[in-house]
Formats: sequence, C-alpha cells, structure tokens
Amino acid sequence: MPGWARGQSLTHARRGFGEVSGERIALTIGDHHFTTGARSGHAVAVNGSVPGPLVRLREGQDVTIDVINTLAEDSSIHWHGLLLPFQYDGVPGISFPGIKPGETFRYSFPVRQNGTYWWHSHSDLQEQQGLYGPLVIDAAEPDTRYERDYVVLLSEFTPRHPHEIARMLAVGEHYFNRQMTTVGDGSMSAEERLMWGEMRMNPRDISDVTGATYTYLVNGHGPADDLSFAFTPGERVRLRVINGSAMTFFNVRIPGTSMTVIAADGQEVEPVEVDEFQIGTAETYDVIVTPQAGTHALVAEAMDRSGMGVATLTSAAGAIATPPPLREPVTLTMADMGMHGGMGAMDHSGAAMDHSGMDHAAMGHAMPTQGAAPGNASEPMDHSMRDTALLPPQVEVGPGIDMVAPMPVDRMDFPGLGLDTVSHRVLRYTDLVARDANPHRMPERQLEIHLTGNMERYMWSFDGKRFNAVTDDPIRFGFDERVRVKLVNDTMMAHPIHLHGHFFELVNGAGMMNQPRKHTLVVQPGSTATFDLTANEPGDWAFHCHLLYHMHAGMMQTVTVRPFPAAEAAA
Amino acid sequence: MRGAIILAALALPMPAMAQDHSQHQHTPAPTPAPTPTPSEPQEPPAGSIRIRLPTRNAPPPADHSAMDHSQMDHSAMTANLPASGPPPRAFDGPAHAAAAIWGEEAMEVARARNHEIHGGGTYATLLVERAEARFHDGEEGYLWDAQGWYGDALDKLVVKTEGEGSFDGPIEEAEVQLLWGHAITPWFDLQAGLRLDVKPDVTPQLALGVQGLAPYNIHVDAAAFLSDRGDVTARIEAEHDMRLTQRLILQPRVEAEFSAQDIPELGVGAGLPHLSAGLRLRYEIAREFAPYVGVEYEAATGRTADLRRAAGEDASGIALLVGVRTFF
Repeated sequence: MPGWARGQSLTHARRGFGEVSGERIALTIGDHHFTTGARSGHAVAVNGSVPGPLVRLREGQDVTIDVINTLAEDSSIHWHGLLLPFQYDGVPGISFPGIKPGETFRYSFPVRQNGTYWWHSHSDLQEQQGLYGPLVIDAAEPDTRYERDYVVLLSEFTPRHPHEIARMLAVGEHYFNRQMTTVGDGSMSAEERLMWGEMRMNPRDISDVTGATYTYLVNGHGPADDLSFAFTPGERVRLRVINGSAMTFFNVRIPGTSMTVIAADGQEVEPVEVDEFQIGTAETYDVIVTPQAGTHALVAEAMDRSGMGVATLTSAAGAIATPPPLREPVTLTMADMGMHGGMGAMDHSGAAMDHSGMDHAAMGHAMPTQGAAPGNASEPMDHSMRDTALLPPQVEVGPGIDMVAPMPVDRMDFPGLGLDTVSHRVLRYTDLVARDANPHRMPERQLEIHLTGNMERYMWSFDGKRFNAVTDDPIRFGFDERVRVKLVNDTMMAHPIHLHGHFFELVNGAGMMNQPRKHTLVVQPGSTATFDLTANEPGDWAFHCHLLYHMHAGMMQTVTVRPFPAAEAAA
Repeated sequence: MRGAIILAALALPMPAMAQDHSQHQHTPAPTPAPTPTPSEPQEPPAGSIRIRLPTRNAPPPADHSAMDHSQMDHSAMTANLPASGPPPRAFDGPAHAAAAIWGEEAMEVARARNHEIHGGGTYATLLVERAEARFHDGEEGYLWDAQGWYGDALDKLVVKTEGEGSFDGPIEEAEVQLLWGHAITPWFDLQAGLRLDVKPDVTPQLALGVQGLAPYNIHVDAAAFLSDRGDVTARIEAEHDMRLTQRLILQPRVEAEFSAQDIPELGVGAGLPHLSAGLRLRYEIAREFAPYVGVEYEAATGRTADLRRAAGEDASGIALLVGVRTFF
C-alpha cells in the first residue's frame, strides 16, 4: 500500500526546486502532498519538491547519481536527452530492471554534451504525479550571450490519480474536453460538420487531457502562485523552456517581448527571432530575451486553450503581471486529416465541399470530395479516410486503426495547431538550422513508421501494433548505420515522438550538415515528418510518443542498435 | 515459473553467443542491404568488440570539404533510398542488451511488465444511460437502462440491464444480459452471450449483436435473441448526442423491436411489436451526473397493437420523462 493511503501525515512538497550539482548527487523519490490554487492532492516528489531539483552538470565531468526509491512501488529516472551508456538510460524493462521499493540505484556516466534537458520517471504514470525535474549542462567554455539564466519548466498538476485519468480516456465520453463543437457554433460549415460526423471524429480533439483537470505549472507554480523572475533592464535573460508535462503542448510567449531561439532540445541552432513558439511535450527550447523595464507576463498557454501556465518577468520587485486572456479554442482542419497538405494555411470557410457523391453504402468510410480547394477544382480527389491499402505491409490493420491519412505531406513548416493563424512571428521546424555542422553522411536506407490509433477506443500504436503486442520485434538498426526515418501520422493528433539515447537530425530543408539535432519530434496530425538517424549508440533504447497516456496505451517500441559490445560492457 | 527457468537458462550463454557473429540466433532472414562505407569499421572481429563512442561533432568520415552540400535538396532523394530493412549486423545478439548487464532473470520480469503496461490496460465502467420516471395518462412508471463493461480496448465482458414498471405495481419487465464483446471494426464490437428475462416471465435467451458508433456519431446497439422456447426477436437502439452547449445536450433516441412470430404470453405479435422515439435534454452538472427531462412517443404496431387494444390498453402514447444519466 502506498504511503499516502496508510494514514500517514504527508509533508507538503515544495513548489519548484533547489539545485544539485557536482560529481555525486542523491535524489530521493517520495510520496508527498501538493497544492496549487484550489487543487490539492497526492504527488510524487523528489528531494521534497515538485518538480524535483535542478540537476546542474558541466560538460566533460563524470557524474554518479544515487536514486533512492522510498515509494511502495517500483520507480525509475530517465535522463531525457542525455547521451549515455544505455544501461543508465532509466527505462525499466529496456535499459534496466527498475528501482524496487526501498532500493537505491546508482547511475554513473560521463557527461558528453551541454544544454537544456530534463529527467523524469519512466515507471507507470509517475511522471504525471510529479516525478520530473530539469537538467542543465553548462558548456565547457563560458557562454557570454546572456547575463541571467532561468529554467522555465512547464508541466501540469492534477488531483486525480493518473490511473483514473487513463480509465476515463479508455471509457471515452470526451471526458476532459469542455470545448466540443456545439450545434450553434458558426465556425464550421454544415458540410464540414457532416464530414467530421461521417468520420466519427471530433474536430476539437486537440488535447486528450485538459484544463478541466489540469492546473498548468511553471516551475511547479500554478497561476495562483505568482511565480516571478527578476531581471535588470538591459539584461539579456536566457530562458531554458522545458516542456515537462505529461500531455500538454504549450504556446509560449511574452507579449511585447521578442524571443531569440538559440537551442532546440539542448542543441545549438542559428538564432531565430520569434514572438511565440509551440513546444511539444518533452521538447526544450532555449531563448534569449531582453525585456524592457517593467513587468511582463510569461504565458504558457495550453495548445487547446483550456488553461495556461503563467509567470511574471519583472524588473520591479513584487510586481505581478496580468496575463492576456485565453484565445479561442482550436479546431482541426482538412490538413490535419491528411486530406490535402496544401490546404494547411488556407481558409476553409470558403472551401465549399461537395459531398453529394458520398458512398454511404460502403460502410461510410468512403468520402469522395470534389473540388475540395478552389485551386484544385480541376483535380477531383477521391479520398477514403481509412483506405488501408495505402499502408505498407508491416502495418497491422485492425480495429486499432481508425484512420489512414489519405494524402499525408510533410508539414515541418507548420507552426503548430492554432498558431498558423496568428499575426506575429511563430517558430517553425523549418526555421531551425544547426549552428554546429553535423558530419556529412548520406542515409543508406529508409524506414517508414506509421503512427496509428483509434480515438474512440483510446488505442495508440506504431504500425498498428501496441507495445504489448510486439514483445520481441524491435526496430533494429546496425551500429553506425545512417537511416532516413519517415514518420507518417495516420491520426488526428500531434504526437511528440522521442528516441532515447540519440539525437536525430530533422530533414527540414536545412542543408544536410546543418539539419537540426533533436531528441523529440512533433509529427503534426495527418502529416509526415522525417529525420536522419546515425545509430551510433549501441544498446536497447525506448522509442515512444511522449504523450504519457499515448505511450501508456501502446505507442512505444524498443529500438536496438547492434552489435552490442556485451563483453566490454559487462566488465 | 517453468518458463522463467527456461528463459533464464537460455540467457546464461548469451554474452558468449553475443560475440559470435556467425551464429545469428534470431535472424528472420533480412534482405542483405548494400552497405555503403560508414565512418567506422562495420564488423569488428568476433570476440574483440570495441566500439568507439563517437564524440560530439565528430569530423566527417570523408573529405567532402571541397563540395558544398549545404544547399543540396536532400529531402528529394528519399524516394531513391532502399527500404531494405536492417543490415545483418543489426541482428547480432544479445536479444536484450540489458540482460547482458543486469542479468536476464531481473530483466525478464521487468521486460514483461513494461510490455504489459503499455497497451494492455484493462478498465471497468458502468453507464446508467437512462434512469427515469415516466408520466403517461396519469400513470407513473419508471425505467432503467444501464450497461457496464470490464476489459480492454478489444475484448470486454459486458453486462446490460434494463427494465420498467409502475410505481404502484410490480416490476413489469426486467432483463439482464451477459455478453462477450470483441472489436470487429474500429468502431463496432460483436457481442454474444446470454439474456435472461426476469419479468414478466423467466426466459433465458441467446443474444448476438453489434454495438458501436455509426457514422455521424450515432450510438447503435442492435441484437437478435433466441429464447428457450425458440422465439426469435430482435431489437435496435440508436441515439445521438447533440451538444447545444458544453453542458446541455439533446439526445434523440429511437428503439424498435422485431418479432419473427406471435408470442401470445407476452402480448407480442409477429412483426414490429414495439417502436419508440424520444428526445432527452440533459444538463451535465458534472460529466458523471446529468439530470434530464424528456418526451417519448411509444407505439405498438400490427398484431401487438390489436392485442393491446383487446386488453383495454392504448396502442400508442406519449410519456413525459424525468431522469438522470450517470456513469462511474
């Protein structure tokens, strides 16, 4: 029985975190109580805080981290974005056996990189409960680009037990969605409504779990907790924005202040100035801001706009910024169905759809649309939203696939759901250019992986196979092999896909040697995204959607890189 | 337990086997890919595997400095790359790298658990779709309609119950169904099992049907029944939630029953003995608790209507409803 159910008085976890550094670090995982605003409940804290402490390392050092599990269940810590021997990657069942109750596990590895990362539990759904924290590795050389350095760790708190959230998602009913389309809502044409209905889909399925149960946190502080970051006018402030949430994409902006993106997923990129960026779950972006004297709101708006995390950036001690109101909810478009990539930026309200040719006899799956876009009137499309003949043979077709994107296209130039219509500058993957050149190597082969799911049954998978069904059929790479991996999203949700232990390079139109290196890649709904991977980290690695409940529902795989130097590593 | 011992035993020689690249223990015959020269030697000699960990920003393998690759459109060449599957070295042992470090015994359990909890979730729920009082011509009755399930995304044990009665009399109709539901399409389950009518007579029946979500988000539950007396009947229910606001929902609902034969003891005639069409307007105070008001037209047709009229009852009528929809 967990401690919180044993009638013990739990200590309240601190909001936010201290810092641990050096060559020997100890992290203690324990049950606590957590409160923010009106929400209060059980949490799993590390060293007594949610999030856990900032682990601050220096490039080139060796580190030994003892993780003490005082929970009544197994636990683990995964170092998200770190290059390390796979056995210290922290995924129970893939890299190590996990940490039993009462046990201490010793992680030990050299620090081979610098940048902004984070760490979190990979056991059960503990990440949702608070078991996560920031990880910053200072470069070996001093960095003169900024005077102040803040971690901005975005996450959520819910008083609900994560198992209960998982159950509600499985039961259906759009339990957490309070922004469904209504009958009187004029934002969609009748034809579009019929089309969504015909597909049995909901164009407001932006986020599975929402502000209906989440309080969005910045460094463990909810909007009611008045977190503020101080600066002196004229200072350049580095914000290390980490999306450590379980299920939320955030739109990050500081109204009135531009941000210069200098790193993505801990890797340096050519500076890009933007007014707003969307950060997928598990991604990190480092930005430098030079705010004008005064008080500014740092806003992390949930992508579905059901809530926001808020902090104050101020040069006046004690001042609290007033955040802007939430913007209108986001509605999915044809492009998000993989219907027609070119329509992504178009105004759909004017795109009259002729559904008169619908073939309802064919089980309602067929959905021919004629002249879907004005510019394409001469090219009538004949689309089915579940034409399984479009899938490559490795995809297992079954009830777990409710949609096959008919014409998925690469949308690396898409700034994220809801940000394609704002008038200011928004970051796109196509803006990212690696600052430091990568080795030039052509891929040797290509691999296509389909992201598949069934919204109604809450099944999520790669290639139609949930992780519980692929016990010994990993995705295999030869050591040092360079492979172009194309992810095809046959669902209407954006998935942040994370590969452990490696950086891959986004095929985003940047020159081959300057493709940005990332550990997590958002694949937009009904779209494709491609990366080049040099599989040069031997061992077994997790590969999964970083939406926690998608991974929990099966969207996970093991990646093996062989040969693996067994004799050497065992010694 | 026996399996665990066998697996553990299998695991023991693994480190040794892992070094022997000539024995590809688990190679499902990959197509050997033409392997262009990578930056490192590909196949280290057996028994002396040493892999140099690449350093950050490792130098390019070959001297491409004379060429400007930065402007090449590499994305266009994807089509030319072979989808050849992994090279032979990707199948080298051990099967599970962590077993070589932490031991297969510990890893086997953790690995099984890791697979099991990512996709195999079993859940339970109970939905009381209708629990209502019905007012019709001065008569006050009640009705319940609930179903629960236990299982995963594909297979479920389903329990359904519905029944009705009048407040000043005994239960008039009551039935329970126990079904196994199996996903046959992304949206529909096939359901098969037993139906037991408790009232008016105890009648065991076999049930076979489909339940799921039809296009335009119409919830459909259709089943055929075979009673122990050989009577064949069927029932189809369809309902749709129209969201007027985020909490106010109008639900049209139709239900029709069919009978292949006269069942005099139940007052049922062959054909379409019973039809109903209702509208329920509910307000979700919480998702789990939504009181509603409604109106329902109900009719018996054909021979059933005759039987009803002969018994002095109305063949059709309109009832006003007050109830609550709830789930757990």
